[in-house]
Amino acid sequence: MNNPTNLKYSKTHEWVAFSDGSTARIGLTDHAQQALGDIVFANLPQEGDAVNIGEAFGDVESVKAVSDIYSPVTGTVAAVNESLSDEPGQINKAPYEAWLIEVSGITDTEDLLTVEEYEAFCREEA
Amino acid sequence: MGHYLSSTQSQRREMLDALGIDSMEELYSSVPRELITKNGFELPEGKSELEVDRLMRNMAGKNTQFSAVFRGAGAYSHYIPAIVGTVVSKETFLTAYTPYQAEISQGVLQAIFEYQSMICRLTGMDVSNASVYDGASATAEAVAMCRDKRRSKVIISSAAHPEVIKTIKTYCWAAGAAVELAPSNNGATDLAALESMIDDKTACVHIQQPNYFGIIEDCERAGQIAHASGAKFIMGINPIAAAILKTPGECAADIAVGEGQPLGMPLSYGGPYLGFMAANSSMMRKLPGRIVGETVDTDGNRAYVLTLQAREQHIRREKASSNICSNQALCAMTAAVYMAAMGPEGMKNAAIQCMSKAHYLASRLEEIKMPLKYGGQFFHEFVTACPDGLDAKRLIECLGADHGILGGLPIEDNCILWCCTEMNTKEEIDRLINVLAENLAEKGGRG
Amino acid sequence: MELLFEKSKEGRSCTILPACDVPVAAVEAGAARQTPLTLPELSENDLSRHYSELERRAHGVNNGFYPLGSCTMKYNPRVNESVAALPGFTNIHPLQPDVSAQGCLEALYLADKYLCGITGMDDMTFQPAAGAHGELTGVMLIKKYHEKRGDTGRIKIIVPDSAHGTNPATAAMCGMSVVNIPSGPDGCVDLEKLRAAVGDDTAGFMLTNPNTLGIFEKNILDITRIIHDAGGLNYYDGANLNAIMGIVRPGDMGFDCVHLNLHKTFSTPHGGGGPGSGAVGCKKLLSPYLPVPRVRLKEADGKYKYYQEYDFPDSIGKVKAFSGNFLVTLKALTYIITLGREGIPEAAQNSVLNANYLMKLLSKRYKVVNDGFCMHEFVLTLQNEAKEYGFTAMDIAKALLDHGIHPPTMYFPLIVPEALMVEPTETESKETLDKAADIFLEIYDQAIENPEGIHGLPKTTPIGRPDEVRAARSPVLRA
Repeated sequence: MNNPTNLKYSKTHEWVAFSDGSTARIGLTDHAQQALGDIVFANLPQEGDAVNIGEAFGDVESVKAVSDIYSPVTGTVAAVNESLSDEPGQINKAPYEAWLIEVSGITDTEDLLTVEEYEAFCREEA
Repeated sequence: MGHYLSSTQSQRREMLDALGIDSMEELYSSVPRELITKNGFELPEGKSELEVDRLMRNMAGKNTQFSAVFRGAGAYSHYIPAIVGTVVSKETFLTAYTPYQAEISQGVLQAIFEYQSMICRLTGMDVSNASVYDGASATAEAVAMCRDKRRSKVIISSAAHPEVIKTIKTYCWAAGAAVELAPSNNGATDLAALESMIDDKTACVHIQQPNYFGIIEDCERAGQIAHASGAKFIMGINPIAAAILKTPGECAADIAVGEGQPLGMPLSYGGPYLGFMAANSSMMRKLPGRIVGETVDTDGNRAYVLTLQAREQHIRREKASSNICSNQALCAMTAAVYMAAMGPEGMKNAAIQCMSKAHYLASRLEEIKMPLKYGGQFFHEFVTACPDGLDAKRLIECLGADHGILGGLPIEDNCILWCCTEMNTKEEIDRLINVLAENLAEKGGRG
Repeated sequence: MELLFEKSKEGRSCTILPACDVPVAAVEAGAARQTPLTLPELSENDLSRHYSELERRAHGVNNGFYPLGSCTMKYNPRVNESVAALPGFTNIHPLQPDVSAQGCLEALYLADKYLCGITGMDDMTFQPAAGAHGELTGVMLIKKYHEKRGDTGRIKIIVPDSAHGTNPATAAMCGMSVVNIPSGPDGCVDLEKLRAAVGDDTAGFMLTNPNTLGIFEKNILDITRIIHDAGGLNYYDGANLNAIMGIVRPGDMGFDCVHLNLHKTFSTPHGGGGPGSGAVGCKKLLSPYLPVPRVRLKEADGKYKYYQEYDFPDSIGKVKAFSGNFLVTLKALTYIITLGREGIPEAAQNSVLNANYLMKLLSKRYKVVNDGFCMHEFVLTLQNEAKEYGFTAMDIAKALLDHGIHPPTMYFPLIVPEALMVEPTETESKETLDKAADIFLEIYDQAIENPEGIHGLPKTTPIGRPDEVRAARSPVLRA
């Protein structure tokens, strides 16, 4: 799958889509969903929860494993993708459409990678 | 000396030769010499099976089997249908491991799935786990399910079983959570006091139904009070009573727990028993322990499998809500066979008889001047005071020592906690009354 | 196969109870159950056939070889069962007076004495119902110990990375966190890393010895001393005691408390997942904190009597009602009495002999993780085979099912990729080991030749591989 060029990426394999300077949606990259295998459940925060850079805000479960999801921004959860509770498999099928949370009031963002930098990073990791 | 080794001495020699060593000791060459203990294990010599049988029968003979049991308090004497023992002593069920390899464990997995289904129907809840150690630890686990960063205060009715309260206190101390006891009034939880204790830091409220004193609580109201403050309601229920009392589901409980021993397990000096845990679907992923789920295999056949394992300790590790690995599988199967053998009518019948016999005993005790202490409705247990000048403990001791009757449990304030089940015949109850009446006549008036 | 509910027929029943012989009492309307109770309605014949069919679809130690690493699936003696079924034990109420339960109390007292002897501990509790429960109890003892000393900063439990997943979960339940230390290249605890990890916040250290690779930690005295010097306590996970019981005592290795898995080492049956028993033993320094009641012996009127003592003000309280899974403790006691002072170490030695013999046979094809002798279990890795040929530990396990052999433990310990942990136990005969080895080797050779073929196995079991993803995504947890 091609990693979209208009997104930003983190070293912990999340993608970030800013709609403006202080609001962004966060999801998992194609690399992440492949490594996790079939996702059976996503544990996500609630609207109004605070998220902080570098801290886990939730996790995804596959049959035999649980993986934390790290926030690349500091802000407040404005929306949660409810459709994932019925169909967590969307994260595997369409990782760049299956956003996890939308964060608003962003006060801090970690250094994110462009798609080229991210793909280079993935190659190095392997 | 007894042993269960299959290889003969010469076969062991062959294996040592194949390994190129002369003796068993060489297998322990990686162990520092100073750690090999030469003596001091303080074990007697081993024995043949006949000697062991004799010794253990002798030991069992030092216990008194009472001819009539009128004591409950968390462990109940019920009739166990013969089919129950037959099923749970089947060698394969007895000796099988946890059903992680689903392909060869469908028997165990289906039996547990059936158990889960029956517990859901009994309690009126959406989902049940495969069981935990016992009712007390199940309650403690339910409390842990409800606590989070925002709410960590726990309110337990003081009319719950003292051992349940103690267990919850131990688990909560370990986790650093505060436990408050809601006071009781006239043998039931003081709901007005509960309402004043509850706040937005309260994680959960636990009421036992019937409570330790046998009183039927107003669980619907307790649940409303809990929910009004955003706290969860954990309802403990006696599984025999559940056949005729309002279920945890009907009382809008978030979690139902209880001691499953009455469902086919003998008294066994306290164990192994069975902790059942059932919840509404929103709390499904917080349930600790094993859960069996239905799925299909590669050919589309219906199949059962341990599922939602990502909740569990071996995967979620420090973020698991509990460290629990195992369930009491064979006890869960026991409960399932019991419920299937009794059927819905049998379960109701057992409950009605327990209640009826207890009420008959209570009315006869009243005749001999041992009236009920509390005014509320009761199921199969109740408390009476002991008449002035008499010591409850002594009275009960006489029943045991001289008449082979296990009387009610002496509790505080010189009171007695009585219990009847379907096992107590009218003759037994009448005989108990006669014996008590004699004792009271002898000792009464000696203030 | 149908569920009980699917076999149910309205109006069918067993006839278990007589009519009520006293006036019927009824629940007041406001408290009565409204929704009808629906349970299967079946005859006893239906039940008998149903559970017989379920039995055919299960696999016990009575059905075949069960080399599950870390589980010690040894033979479960039948005399244990007949003793535990004696009405003189099963009919005893846990709250009947001590004087009328002398047999039960004697059983608990002797089990305490014998297991303290085997483990080198001073006192024991049988209240915990399983290994994880015992572990929780043990960590609670350690927590209470530091609390009583006023040392509340000790909130870290050190654990090797080869340890069982219960360890971090247990620590979390006690308000502590886990510090993982990596194992050295020999799979043993790295002393340097351990020294670096200890400090004023060290509550304790948890270890199983032999470790989860089946290797004896030869530096164990150094390890436990490092922890003691730092002010922490040492906890022994007894899962692997079978290799050393009657030969080495955890108490001599510097451990302050232990838990035992009576359903592993001491032959009580697994029951398809319980009931087990996680007895916990400790040295005197932790005894005041043990759960209540504890069985004591006193002399009165020239006779000895057992009684239950509740007056231990510093006790952690209770982890379960009454005195634990008493019948399980009884079965373990029966086993210990049967084997006795010579049979216990003999069982341990033969468990190690069988493991080494089987390891040697399997090493013809399989890669064994460690060099030299193992203890009672050993670990294989299919890492190379997975890369080069495309078959995994899971595939080997599934292939074994078609041969009536329960697979070894898969994917544990986590530090070994594509792991299979093999523990034959002492109750298997040489010919069982020879036949099993032949099957393991045959499966391996077939997999090399045709890696695709193995993915479709098992073929002869009641079901094929289940769809676990579907089970977790769309949970159906009841009928």
